[in-house]
Amino acid sequence: MTAIGKPISRVDGNEKVTGKAKYAAEFNVPDLTYGYVVSSAIAKGKITNIDASDALSLDGVLKVFTYKNRPKLAWFDISYKDQDAPPGSPFRPLQDETIKYSGQPIALVVAETFEVARYAASLVRIEYKEDTHETDLEANLHRAREPKSGIASLLKPPPPKPRGDFETAYQDASAKTNGRYVHAAEHHNPMELFASTVVYETDSKKKPKLTIYDKTQGVTNSILYVSQVFNIPFKNLRVVSPYMGGGFGAGLRPQYQLFMATMAALELKRSVRVTLTRQQMFTFGHRPATVQNVALGALPDGTMNALYHDAYGETSQFEDYTEVVVNWGGMLYPPENVTMDYKLVPLDVYSPLDMRAPGGVTGMAALEVAMDELAYELGMDPLELRLKNYSDLDNNEKRPYSSKELRECFRQGAERFGWSKRSFEPRSMKKDHNLIGWGMATGIWDSNMLGARAEAALLVNGKLWVSSATAEIGTGTYTIMTQIAADTLGMPIEDVLFKLGDTDFPIAPISGGSWTAATVGSAVQAVCEEVGKSLLKLAKKMPGSPFKSAKWEDIEFVDKHLRLKKDPSAAVSLMTLVNLNGGKAVRETSGVFADVMKQKNFTRSAHAAAFVEVMVDEELGTVKVTRAVSAIAGGRILNPKTARSQILGGMVWGISKALHEESALDHTFGRFMNHSLAEYHVSVNADIHDLDVIFVEEHDDVVNKLGVKGLGEIGIVGMPAAVANAIFHATGKRVRDLPITLDKLL
Amino acid sequence: MSPPLDKRAPSLPPLHTVTLTVNGKETQLKLSPWTSLLDALREYMDLTGTKKGCDHGQCGACTVLLDGKRINSCMTLAIMQEGKQITTIEGLAPTPDELHPLQQAFIDHDAFQCGYCTPGQICSAVGMMNEGRVKTTADIRELMSGNICRCGAYTNIVDAIEEVINKQTA
Ligand code: FES
Ligand code: FES
Repeated sequence: MTAIGKPISRVDGNEKVTGKAKYAAEFNVPDLTYGYVVSSAIAKGKITNIDASDALSLDGVLKVFTYKNRPKLAWFDISYKDQDAPPGSPFRPLQDETIKYSGQPIALVVAETFEVARYAASLVRIEYKEDTHETDLEANLHRAREPKSGIASLLKPPPPKPRGDFETAYQDASAKTNGRYVHAAEHHNPMELFASTVVYETDSKKKPKLTIYDKTQGVTNSILYVSQVFNIPFKNLRVVSPYMGGGFGAGLRPQYQLFMATMAALELKRSVRVTLTRQQMFTFGHRPATVQNVALGALPDGTMNALYHDAYGETSQFEDYTEVVVNWGGMLYPPENVTMDYKLVPLDVYSPLDMRAPGGVTGMAALEVAMDELAYELGMDPLELRLKNYSDLDNNEKRPYSSKELRECFRQGAERFGWSKRSFEPRSMKKDHNLIGWGMATGIWDSNMLGARAEAALLVNGKLWVSSATAEIGTGTYTIMTQIAADTLGMPIEDVLFKLGDTDFPIAPISGGSWTAATVGSAVQAVCEEVGKSLLKLAKKMPGSPFKSAKWEDIEFVDKHLRLKKDPSAAVSLMTLVNLNGGKAVRETSGVFADVMKQKNFTRSAHAAAFVEVMVDEELGTVKVTRAVSAIAGGRILNPKTARSQILGGMVWGISKALHEESALDHTFGRFMNHSLAEYHVSVNADIHDLDVIFVEEHDDVVNKLGVKGLGEIGIVGMPAAVANAIFHATGKRVRDLPITLDKLL
Repeated sequence: MSPPLDKRAPSLPPLHTVTLTVNGKETQLKLSPWTSLLDALREYMDLTGTKKGCDHGQCGACTVLLDGKRINSCMTLAIMQEGKQITTIEGLAPTPDELHPLQQAFIDHDAFQCGYCTPGQICSAVGMMNEGRVKTTADIRELMSGNICRCGAYTNIVDAIEEVINKQTA
């Protein structure tokens, strides 16, 4: 192994810093037209009249699409279900006159230029008959009900049944805490606006043939959707997405600009681009507002004996979006008396959507604050309490973890941070007019592997070409796949070209849930091994071959050569071998799945320990996270440079969630009112100070052959609670309501 | 989401011929008087390195240099920028085969993930350095806060910029 494990700079770095990397709205073609979406001004009701005459009277306006003149589309719900669709009936743009949520797309104006389309959209007059809407989670908790289960439940299991007797144990506990934790909705807000550029052509039979540049976390997901909804055969469709300007879950479902641009292209027989506005980025999925109750009990020595965690998440009226919010405590901690519950409250909003560490960061933000509260009830150091209740078992399933180096995360993280110098009492670490606080929390996330396929070809010029229809959403997919391919065949990374984001390539799942490195990485490794096996066959055919009796286990690939492990002098260059292939590349395609038999007796998770220092201005209530350390047990680290960036990103998200992020609903209108980047606050450069990342060594051959666990989510999970706990330590104020804005501290 | 304007549609004003000097090259375009510089670059000149993240001056993704000063190109009209030297990410490097030191530093420090804010960050950093106001690391953080990076690459962005500033002043 020479490339894996090295801090190699991104192979797509040059394209990204020079502006050459192209995103969905940047594929310019001749005669492109532009669509602009008109959004509903009400949250619930019916459209009674649409007057597009003014818009249509403008030069350059081609058509105004509404529910009245849209083409005939697929009839059954199943055609609209994408790979991340929750149980229920997916939203269909321009279906009929019904308004289901504020900001719902209700018309598309298409014009020869963007400027004219935008102006014309402002001239479309729409009249409504309003119904009363319900958008307030807290006011509707009495309507909470069990979620419907569906295929999504496989990766998002409902809470396990209660065990032991929580009530009695809680009564008997000598230290206890009981709190209600709330957070508002949040929006992903990737920097790139959602966009689709649909290039219209026809095939030899004059049937439409579309190339779609789409902002998506999975081109396969987009092509399935378009094919089913518009009834177009796969052979006449291609979806391309070489780069994505941030996903964070927002691109796990096809968003409505894809529908709009495809519909308009088919109807107008023209190429169409639809780009959403930043305001419209608040009109599809979001992290659901959630209300949680947590109660913990412990014996005098700190041993936990009782755990209660429930959650009420919001969902739409048409789909049951669920996430795993409450199960984590039952996994991590050992009390025998546990009750966990999860319910949904349907509201007149769009269906929520997975957002970085969906459910995990929600639940842990409550549970790990409750743990801190319990530590203070006990008069015990918060880290000491975690160690006292450390468990090598997943206590929900009563089975071991495939690996769990969390103890080492605690040790190394605490040491780097200087935790032992912490004074226990709140408000005890002042500096001038600033209160200093130190807090910590645990993070956990699933390490999943799904199935994927890949293709590899050793070309006659000695270069290795590898592809899979996965995505580059900023995670470093291009780079780590290049490293894996290079090492598998003993080649320098300069000789490897990895391609992704194209439905012409072998199928891969949507990129989310921290499973891409494990899943696509395993597929890339496997297909390169297939190429290696073909090369061995060619080597055996050489005259006087030293490989005649060699088996796969007997050989290795080093320095662009195939050689015998026992006798490295018996070597042949890959170039020589590929030239024995009759002038053709050595090409293979194959797929991988998780080894379910090997995995079934283990729980597979990544773990983290987050340590945070805050400085709170006593008079102004302003909070600054002055430094933070995250120690991560994430299996094998393929590339410490890109891996570190993923964790840094997660930490920034954790700080942002703890202190800034909130999509505020105005319940009078049922609308998110801060729908812009000026008013939806995310952390900016000045908010972020010293961040430190530690990867503890962790070996795991159960998760997958590569031993990787995925790092997309684990960096955020523990951070919000660590920030909240640090704020308590600084101020003595326990805020259970995120984000912790200054008004809550004054 | 705003309600439709309650007035009759005026007919569209005529297109104007606008001459823009971008990356040292003059180009004539026929544009609406209200076409933003950002849209002119992206939709009329195929210079898509300059990004649109909000169109409202709130994110910095569209930052370009006008006579060496950084500006949000979504917040100015193309027609207003005749005669100015406009530099975009595509024109920052001395030659097509080379990188600007900041571009190289961004790669070395992994100062981006998805890459979408990156051209704006780099142009903004060039503009900031031209302003000559940076004394401390905290200054960089403050003066780069008009450029949002949702991927959260801030610490690496600061490291990259600091390295280039230190080399220049060394
Ligand atoms: S696009 Fe110009 S500031 Fe956001
Ligand atoms: S690199 Fe993705 S937004 Fe900055």
